[in-house]
Amino acid sequence: MNTASAEEVRKHVRVYLMVFAALAVLTAVTVMVSYFHLPVHTAVIVALIIASVKGSLVAGYFMHLISEEKIIYWVLALTALFFIVLMLLPTFTSG
Amino acid sequence: MSAEVEIPYAVKPHPVTGLFNGKFGIWLFLASEVMLFGALFSTYVLLRVGAEAWPHGYSLLNVPLATLNTFVLILSSVTMVMAWASLKMGDFRKFRLNLGATILLAFVFLIVKSFEYGAKFEHHIHPATSTFYAIYFTLTGLHGLHVIGGILVNLYLLLPGSALWRTEPERFTNRIECAGLYWHFVDLVWIFLFPVLYLL
Repeated sequence: MNTASAEEVRKHVRVYLMVFAALAVLTAVTVMVSYFHLPVHTAVIVALIIASVKGSLVAGYFMHLISEEKIIYWVLALTALFFIVLMLLPTFTSG
Repeated sequence: MSAEVEIPYAVKPHPVTGLFNGKFGIWLFLASEVMLFGALFSTYVLLRVGAEAWPHGYSLLNVPLATLNTFVLILSSVTMVMAWASLKMGDFRKFRLNLGATILLAFVFLIVKSFEYGAKFEHHIHPATSTFYAIYFTLTGLHGLHVIGGILVNLYLLLPGSALWRTEPERFTNRIECAGLYWHFVDLVWIFLFPVLYLL
């Protein structure tokens, strides 16, 4: 995304609008699902899956992660590793 | 030695990273932000798992207002990326419109959020009321501070900072890209905060 030409950017704009539509629909879906009052475990899994899809759309298209330099992927891989450790801390400590 | 020293790799990619320095810097900053919010999400999980009872967010909080705010923030992410795309296409007028809209939407988000906070305070609900409200106010408060930070940066880039467009358009476009990366991250955090706090 460092050297995108004006012509390429023009094509991207259409993609941005499609991503916006997808994000809006997924927001509506996650709110509707919450009205079903599913059992907590199911509700958590469904909500996190939808949020992860939305997050991936934002990171992939708005933040251009689908076409980035390798070094950013490495930085993010390391961040993800530490993030997972953080998320597992409650499990380690509750034993 | 001349008085003006050119800052290296503000436009051209650095040979090692393949990125202009600002972009590498903002990604490292965002990595640290992931850990900051991650620590609080981890705290949330620990508190919730350890609690004897945990309320459903939707029984205590205003879901319609938060849904509206989710749309507002997503829309502001679109206008932000459009602001950058406008500069890439050389359309400065469109850039101003889009960045202006981004800032306006950020203010709308804060106003809606302040209505939510106000309704809680009116009912004498504070962070000290319960563990749920403690983590709710901490997470949304920290996120709100990030929104305010984004408004300040974007206001600078819309008004005095945009003078750079006339002298060094590429460098200015890169600044908007960095500001955009930060702003999308703020949107991304909300995308997770919203279901975790309001819908579960």
